[in-house]
Amino acid sequence: MKQTRVFTLLAILCLLVSVNLVGAQDGITELTILWAEWDPANYLQQIGNEYEAETGIKVNVIQEPWGSFYDRMAVEWAAQGDAYDMVVGDSQWIGQAVEQGHYLDLTDFMVSNGIDKTVTPATLQYYGEYPAGSGKYYAYPTEGDAVGWAYRKDLFEDPQNMADFEAKYGYPLAPPETWAQLRDIAEFLTRPDEGIYGVGVYTQKDYDGMVMGFQNVFFSWGADWFRDGQVLGVVNSPEAVEALEFYKGLYQFAPPGTGNAFFAEMNDVFISGQAAMIMNYFAFFPALINPGVNPYAEVTGFFPGPKGPNGDQFVSLGGQGLSVISYISPERQEASKEFIKWFAQEEVQKRWAAVGGYTCNINVLESEEFLTNTPYNAAFADSMTFVKDFWNIPQFGELLEPAQTYLTGYVVGGEGTAQEAMDNIAEAHQEILVDAGVIDG
Amino acid sequence: MLKNQAAPYPTSSQPQRRRQISDRTLSQLFIWPTLILLIAINIVPLFYSLFLSFTNFSAIANKPAEFVGFANFTRIFNDEDIWGYFALTGRYALISVGLQTVIGFGLALLLRKKFRGSGILTTLILIPMMLSPVVVGLFWKLMFNPSYGIFNYLIGLTNPATAPDWLANSQTALWAVIIVDVWMWSPFVMLLCLSGLSAIPDYLYEAAAIDRASPWFQFWRITLPQVAPLLLIAVLFRTIEAFKAFDLVMGLTGGGPGDATQMISVEIYSQAFLGQFRTGRASALAYVVLVIIIAVSNVYIRTLNKVREG
Repeated sequence: MKQTRVFTLLAILCLLVSVNLVGAQDGITELTILWAEWDPANYLQQIGNEYEAETGIKVNVIQEPWGSFYDRMAVEWAAQGDAYDMVVGDSQWIGQAVEQGHYLDLTDFMVSNGIDKTVTPATLQYYGEYPAGSGKYYAYPTEGDAVGWAYRKDLFEDPQNMADFEAKYGYPLAPPETWAQLRDIAEFLTRPDEGIYGVGVYTQKDYDGMVMGFQNVFFSWGADWFRDGQVLGVVNSPEAVEALEFYKGLYQFAPPGTGNAFFAEMNDVFISGQAAMIMNYFAFFPALINPGVNPYAEVTGFFPGPKGPNGDQFVSLGGQGLSVISYISPERQEASKEFIKWFAQEEVQKRWAAVGGYTCNINVLESEEFLTNTPYNAAFADSMTFVKDFWNIPQFGELLEPAQTYLTGYVVGGEGTAQEAMDNIAEAHQEILVDAGVIDG
Repeated sequence: MLKNQAAPYPTSSQPQRRRQISDRTLSQLFIWPTLILLIAINIVPLFYSLFLSFTNFSAIANKPAEFVGFANFTRIFNDEDIWGYFALTGRYALISVGLQTVIGFGLALLLRKKFRGSGILTTLILIPMMLSPVVVGLFWKLMFNPSYGIFNYLIGLTNPATAPDWLANSQTALWAVIIVDVWMWSPFVMLLCLSGLSAIPDYLYEAAAIDRASPWFQFWRITLPQVAPLLLIAVLFRTIEAFKAFDLVMGLTGGGPGDATQMISVEIYSQAFLGQFRTGRASALAYVVLVIIIAVSNVYIRTLNKVREG
């Protein structure tokens, strides 16, 4: 009896081992991708299911809440873990990931397969290339994103509003083309007695909300975080100071209670009818055209970031690129590249855009089908040609911290002057960058 | 006796088996797993972080820790901002714990005498301290909203255009956090004071009444000294917690606007995570905070002992 049991156990063990061996001989059967917890990750899972149907390789998109997304990936990198084959990583991560060897070099793969030519140059530069201008690619631009604007068409097209606005400002009420016009409209539509405020802007202190909002004005004023090897005199240039004063000026037309607001709060104040215009990443606009979520869905319009006083037009970059983790086995690396190759095809990118993903594929972006697919796609395609990003070097987190603190201190808290805020940021950035050896002291 | 019924007395083999494990072995069998667990999850990280505080280690840098001596501590002590955050935390702890003590003790005095519904009222008052600080932060954020929040309305500021935006103003943000902390934790002080009050023997008051002692005299000479040990314990716990204030602050203001509510724990978090991952420096700062908390606690405990000794 005892012998029979032992034989049965051995037989089961042999069976399990043989099944496992057969699986291994078949090659890679599953790929795991880490991304933040949001709708585009669900869309990627849908596309991944199509890949499984075509190839038999299952694609799992693991979603991590935004608040802990970077921490989870960073810890995995530090452990040189292979829990994920790929990550749809933030554009700001690329410097750290490349310099510390976490991302696989995809240059030869992308160039030899012509993938680099299929996406817009700006997205390839910001999502895929490091260092800038090096021609070395580490990510496939997957979810293009930028800061755009939503507005209430019913307020803009109201005959009384149109007449009053033109009488007051001397030009017709329409989606603004310049920041000065945006300010005028924000002022005009700020009516606290009616519970309506002109504009919602990013102000969140925790991570990068304030910087991502302010940069739209900052870059469009001709300012920058770094120029010709210099930080001092650049970050705190007269244009930068003027841009900050302008941004604070906009905040006075923001709905009360938006002193620590980012993407979720922007949609909230729009949906609740408190804001006539809001800035937000395009990735969060699908909710605004859903009548089940937004009671103003039928009267919501969209426009790209306006121009600065000298005609410069830039918007903060959002979005992410798909990278292969270098610590996985060569077989898994090859399987991951195969997935990227499949995903980068124009037909797949069309489907990616159709399910809700923000493609970076040039042809798809320019297609009439894409431009008319949603009310905001045209503004998105336009914006993706003038995106600009914060630092993407490994010290980006350190650089963010003083910028966030001094900007929120001035804009929201009313501490000091714009000049003092930008001087403080410039000094802090100078110290961090000199310490890191990025610039000379 | 049924076959499957348990024997009322040990069988002949059982005493022998028991004799194999001595009391000392048995006690160690209970103690060691707990000790090992404590050492693994408390003591080892404690000493590891002490080691890290003397290095430039970053949890994400993929590089081994390099010894930098006292550089992290020197940098902390020479950083004016850090001193500012310590001062802010001290101010927050002082005001918040002070208000909690007064309100908590006051509530306990009110609820001391049993009346119809006092049990349910006590339970209702205790609810805030049972909630998650993150949840409390989120719903107070809504209550402070100048447009639709109830807070301004309750204090008579009904015009959203002129009502203060408590969380977005550098002058009021700290007070907003204090208000929420006091709302949440005064019940804790009340609970400890209630247990202290209920332990005061009635004969003390009866004797005082016979001597025609005034209510103020009774409070000052009987109630307060009798409750003082428990009140001091409540103050000790709350002071330690106030120095570690983090979750409520993050939920309400994220440390802002600017650095108006940047408590020292928020600063540690900011240095240790939030894209910076200065693990070594954050560990050093955490040790400075630990030393301060131990010093403050020591003062409290000495005072407590003096009160107990009468």
